[in-house]
Amino acid sequence: MKVVVQHEALDPYRAIKHHEDTVLESGKHGGVVSFVGTMRDFNHGENVTAMNLDYYPGMTEMHIEAVCQEAMDGWDVMDVLVVHRVGDMYPSDPIVLVAVWSAHRASAFDACRYVINYLKERAPFWKCEVTTEGKKTWVEHNSKDPGVAESREKLV
Amino acid sequence: MEIDVKFFASLREYMGRTSDKVTLEGEATVSDVWSELSSEPMPGNILVAVNKEYTDLGQALKNGDEVAFFPPVTGG
Repeated sequence: MKVVVQHEALDPYRAIKHHEDTVLESGKHGGVVSFVGTMRDFNHGENVTAMNLDYYPGMTEMHIEAVCQEAMDGWDVMDVLVVHRVGDMYPSDPIVLVAVWSAHRASAFDACRYVINYLKERAPFWKCEVTTEGKKTWVEHNSKDPGVAESREKLV
Repeated sequence: MEIDVKFFASLREYMGRTSDKVTLEGEATVSDVWSELSSEPMPGNILVAVNKEYTDLGQALKNGDEVAFFPPVTGG
């Protein structure tokens, strides 16, 4: 399991390849399921031109690691990689990568969805968006994935 | 006891600082820390962490604890 919180730009597909080449044992996994969250240029009807992502160093990594561990314990998966951006970013920039490797696809799909959903719910990050008019607005809540409860029920 | 306090995101702007230190006499909870920091009641949506674990206003504190106050999280 690897969790990275970084200011640097994120190339999610390079990160998957690098992790696979350096950490995973060749030929053992049957697939990797990934979720890549990217920045939108709109939110609640307003045009968004930039965003700053704030976090709580230490607590953020700790809670992402806890969610990843729950996924590793709950499903038959081989490894989980999470990379999350912080700082200044712009529309279409990748914000987050969740990648899950497993022998069979079902557990990787389920674990990947679990990690992104609970990361969004528990990891301390805060988005501050800048609109075309230059107005700065703190995002007050994330949209909910209707599969969150279902994903949790499956685990417990 | 000495408590380190941190604020994040919109609450940091509301409080006008990123961190603070509070000295409390005798037994104290997170709620007592907020009362030392502000005469206003804590906004209803604010979350609380002690030593980087989520908790609530009733948690008892010990010397050197780090208490953080922040709005709902919006990562991912």
